Formats: sequence, structure tokens, C-alpha cells
Amino acid sequence: MNIDGNAILVIEDLSMVFGGLRAIDTVSMYIKKGEIAALIGPNGAGKTTIFNCITGVYAPTEGTISISRNGVTSGEALHKIQGLKPNVINHLGLARTFQNIRLFSNMSVLENVMIGRHNSLKAGIFNAIIRDPHTKEEEQRVIEESYDILKKLNLHMYVNEMACNLPYGAQRRLEIARALATNPFLLLLDEPVAGMNPQETKELEETINIIRDQEKVTILLIEHDMSLVMNVSERIYVLDYGRLIAEGTPQEIKSNPEVIKAYLGE
Amino acid sequence: MKTRIVLSELFKALGNAVWFSVLLFPLMIMKVNVVGGKALVTFRWQFVPFIFVSSFILSYLWKRALVWNEHRQDKIASDTLYYKFKKNVQTYFKNQSIKYVTLSLLVAFVVSFPFLFGMYHTNVMITAFIYVILALGLNIVVGLGGLLNLGYAAFFAVGSYTYGLLWKYIGPNFISAGIDTGWLFWISLPLAGIISTIFGVLLSLPVLRLRGDYLAIITLAFGEIVRMVLQNSGQITGGATGISLIPRPWFFGMKLAPKQAAVYIYYIVVVLVLLTIFVVRRIEDSRVGRALEAMREDEIACQAMGIDLVKNKLITFALGAFFAGIAGVVLAAQTTYINPDSFTLWESIMILMAIVIGGTGSIPGAIGGALLLKLLPEYFRPLAQYRMLIYGVAMILVIIFKSDGLLPRHRKRYTFEEKTNSNASAGAGK
Repeated sequence: MNIDGNAILVIEDLSMVFGGLRAIDTVSMYIKKGEIAALIGPNGAGKTTIFNCITGVYAPTEGTISISRNGVTSGEALHKIQGLKPNVINHLGLARTFQNIRLFSNMSVLENVMIGRHNSLKAGIFNAIIRDPHTKEEEQRVIEESYDILKKLNLHMYVNEMACNLPYGAQRRLEIARALATNPFLLLLDEPVAGMNPQETKELEETINIIRDQEKVTILLIEHDMSLVMNVSERIYVLDYGRLIAEGTPQEIKSNPEVIKAYLGE
Repeated sequence: MKTRIVLSELFKALGNAVWFSVLLFPLMIMKVNVVGGKALVTFRWQFVPFIFVSSFILSYLWKRALVWNEHRQDKIASDTLYYKFKKNVQTYFKNQSIKYVTLSLLVAFVVSFPFLFGMYHTNVMITAFIYVILALGLNIVVGLGGLLNLGYAAFFAVGSYTYGLLWKYIGPNFISAGIDTGWLFWISLPLAGIISTIFGVLLSLPVLRLRGDYLAIITLAFGEIVRMVLQNSGQITGGATGISLIPRPWFFGMKLAPKQAAVYIYYIVVVLVLLTIFVVRRIEDSRVGRALEAMREDEIACQAMGIDLVKNKLITFALGAFFAGIAGVVLAAQTTYINPDSFTLWESIMILMAIVIGGTGSIPGAIGGALLLKLLPEYFRPLAQYRMLIYGVAMILVIIFKSDGLLPRHRKRYTFEEKTNSNASAGAGK
């Protein structure tokens, strides 16, 4: 695979087999530093499975997944992450949201984001019990940082609200906020606007751009909403029956006969 | 419209009454007497109207209660008596001075308890407080970590037996060396905590991948295994007869009469309860506590947020086991006699029930639940026969009508003030 640009995520010949089903079949792709890329495809094409392989929920059957925080051209070696545990992968700088919202629903909105900051804190049990000045200061800091993140995603009015009581759109944004709190360099969004109305979708589109531009976070998203995908992404991968059938700019994808066939049939 | 709904409920209740009459026919109406090898069947038809009417009334009331429960949320929003009362109580306790007065009255009551009431009541209270420690400990596992543990009594047993075995094997050396055996209690207390914690970690290793029902079954098995081992390794643990004559704690070299000892243990357990509350509160509102709660809410998301589930589960079981171990030592010191029968599955279920009734994840809930379940049976001895029935009914009622328990947890609220001159704006406080 020839990589054009400064890749931070490189997937080579990735396959995932569940019993007799090849959910992903020798997929190779890469994500460039600072871009917004999209992964699209009909239902059941294997998009979420790829996400699950990247984030460690599944260990892929074959192939490699490697990351490099500053990009390959910076001279940094690629770090293989396939088969690592999800928490380790998160620690390395990959964060994700979920297709079916997985918030900590009986915790407050702020606490949800504070969980995201878990790894940037150090306090253990004994610190918690003694509550030394350093731990206190750390707690104070995480509260403030989490509030700032909520503010960026326009969720600060819900701080003390229970996550499950939030409107649907806000829950999706909270998932992004929580993922951002882990301080990732690559954010994987799994259908971020599923179930949102056009207004909310528009807002989220802006949010995604803001996250990329201000937070310098690279974004890979799975989405069915084509208007969002075409507006926001710079490069698109199309998946069908576990195989990569096309890649390119939104313009190229729109006119690709293979893609049209996959979506509309012959 | 409304009368029609009620009418349909009446018909349903009528149906239930008929059904129950049929169902209870062989139990309450038929009676078989065996006289001289011959079965003599008598029919007690006089019970039929009784069963019919009572099941009709109960069924109807139950239906009404369910309907009432459905509309309760709207009612709470309007100003019903219950809502006003709740609001009043809340505003009442918001007042700091009132809060402190109530607290100090409570403290005064707890401190003076052994002097106000007799030794019997003091002993009852000690047992109740031991259960408070257990409930608070299990609350970490079930309420915070969301890991259903049905073998919690095993850790309680480990604590008790640490003290018991220490007494059995090291005690004689103490006596021959002329050292007060009361010291053993103070040695056992931290030691039992540590050994229980080790057991907690050992249990958590095989159950790392399990959750829900499977976890419950494994922990249940663990609880039974520990009890069976204690029961069947007679040479070491004394088997079913257990260990007796366990010394009471040391008190500045004084020989304490049983009554004084009870008072002394009472204060020890009060201090331990306070310590437990303190520790659990601190943990609950910390990085570790939040991680445990996240694990309870969603394991996959929790892991995706960078939290190590393995470590989290180890911490949960270890913490829970620690408090059970300590409670076990106090139990051994109080009763001066332990045997495996004190640590059956029933004990585990009792503790679990205490936190479910009180409110899972809530500290006041765990305390209230444990006190309720331990004190009420003591003071309602005449109803002892119906204990299981009452527990069952209470459990069902709580789960249906107040599913987060009698004293549910109030989440910490964070307040923020906007800073006008900077865009990084947050001032946080309690």
C-alpha cells in the first residue's frame, strides 16, 4: 500500500473471521494526520467491526493495525496495536464513540467526562482516602478541565444532569465529549448523527470541524448520512461485504460506479 | 371512562379470586387424615369464601397499587402531602445548624446507648453494627462496582477464622509467655483485613471475565466452598464444632466482666463503622470510585475510556473483602465462639437484601437497610415464624414501588461560576 501523506493509522490486510463469516476481508487503509476521513458502506458491510478491531474490542484474525502519534513522516516508528486491550489502545491515543449510545447513564454528565480523564490522573485508593493536597488539586483540575470540554460541545448547561435524562442529540455529543476527554490524537466516531434531526446534524458537522481545527484531533467517522459525509470528510473509504471497494475524495466516490452499485444495486 | 377501568380491574380481581380458590383447593380445603392405614379425606368447604374474598380484596388492592405507582411521578410533581413532607424534610436538613444538631443528637444517642439500655440491647446493637460494616463493604462491590457477589459471607468467615485460628494456635503461646490474650484481637484486626483482601483478590482472578448471572453463580460457589472447607477440615478449624472461648479484646490490662466487655466491643464497632463510612465516602467521591461506577454502568465503554477492568475488579473485590474481614473479627470477639454455620449463603443474601432495600450504591441506604434487617427481627420476636414471608414481601414492595431503595443515593452536584474575563471559565466547588 502506498501511503500518500503523513499517516497516523495504517491498517494492512486486516481480516476478521467470525466462524464461517469473513466480516472483514483483507482491508488495507490509512488515515492521514489532521484529516477527517469517513468509512461508509451499506448495513452489515463491516464498518463497526473495523472500529472494534482498531479499538481492541476484537483481536483481528489476520493483518496489522499500526499507529504513530505524530505521523510516519516525522520519522516515528509505527506501533502495532492489534490484539491489545481496549484500555491500552485508548491510552495510546485512540478514542471512540459507539453506534448504540453507551454512556454511563446513571452518572452525571460531568462525571461522564471526568471518567474520560481517568488516565490523566494518578490518585489511587490511598490518595482517595487520605485526600492529600495533591489529590485535592488534581480533583479540582479534572472538574475544571471536564467543564471546559463540556463547554466546547455546548453541554455545560447539563453538568449535573443524569446522562440518561439528556435529549438524544446531547447524549451523542456527550459521547464525543467523553472520548475527547481521554486526550486522543485520533477520534473514531461511529454514526455520530444517527437519529438526529437536520438541525442537530448541521450543528454536529460544525462541532466535528471545530474538534479537528482547534483540538488538532484527526477524525475517522462511520456515517450513513451522506450529506454529512460529503460535507465534512476529505477522504472516504467505501466498504461492502467486508471488502474495500473504493477510496477517494467525496467527488470521486459520488461518481464511482462500484459504490453506486453497492448502494443502489444493479 | 374511569368507572369502566375500575370495573375491568374488579373483573380481573374476580378472576384472580376464582383462580386462587382453585389453586389453593388441595392445600387449604382438602385435608387428608391417615387413620389406621386408611386415608380419610375431609373437605373444609368453610374456607372457600374466606380464600375467595381475601384473594379478591388483595388482588384488587394490588392492581390499584400498581396503577397508583404508575401515576406517582405526576402526583409527586403536584403538591401531594407526601411531596410536601419530602420537600419540608429536605429544606429542613439543608439548614446547616439543624443538620449539626440532629447529627450531634444522633452521636449522643449512639454513644450513650450501652448505658441507657441493658446488655441485651447492646449486644443486639453490636450485631447490627457488624452488619452495617458488612453492608457498606458489599455496597462497594454491588452498589459501586456492579458485581453481584453472593458469596460475601465467605470473606466474613475468613475474618472470623483468622482471629479464631490465631487464638487456637498462637493463643497458648501467649498464655505460657504470660501475655494478655486480649492482644490477639488487635493483631487479628489488621491481619484479618489483609488476609480477607488476599482472598478477595484470589476470588476476583477467576471471575474477571464474568458478569451478571455467571458471576453470581461463581461467587455463590466460592462462598459455599469456603464454608465447606472450614466445616470439613476438622483438624485445623475444629470442623462443625468451630472454635470456642475466643478472647475478648484487650483493654489496658484490665480484666473485663462480660458486661464491660460488651460495652467495650460496642465502642470498638462504632469506631469501625465510622471508619468504614469515612473510607467508603472518600472512595465513592474519587477517581477510583468513579471508575468503579463506570464499570457498573457499562464495561465496554469503561474499557474504551482507558480504564483497566482487571485492575478495577481486583480493587472492587479486595475492598469489599477487607471490610468483611474486619467485621468477622468483631463477630468472633463478640460471640467468643465461631462455627461455619454463621457463614451460610443465607448470611450473604441477608447482606445483599439490606443494600437492595436500603438503596444500592447509597451509604445511608446500606446503613439503614442493615439496621432494619437486623433490628426488626430482634424486636419482633413473636413474628419470627413469618420472617421469610415478611422479607419476601418487603423485597417485592421495595423493588416495585421504590426501585432505588428506601434511602437512594444523591449524586454530588457541582456548581460553576462563570469567569467573565477569560474564556477558560470554570470555578468548581462542592
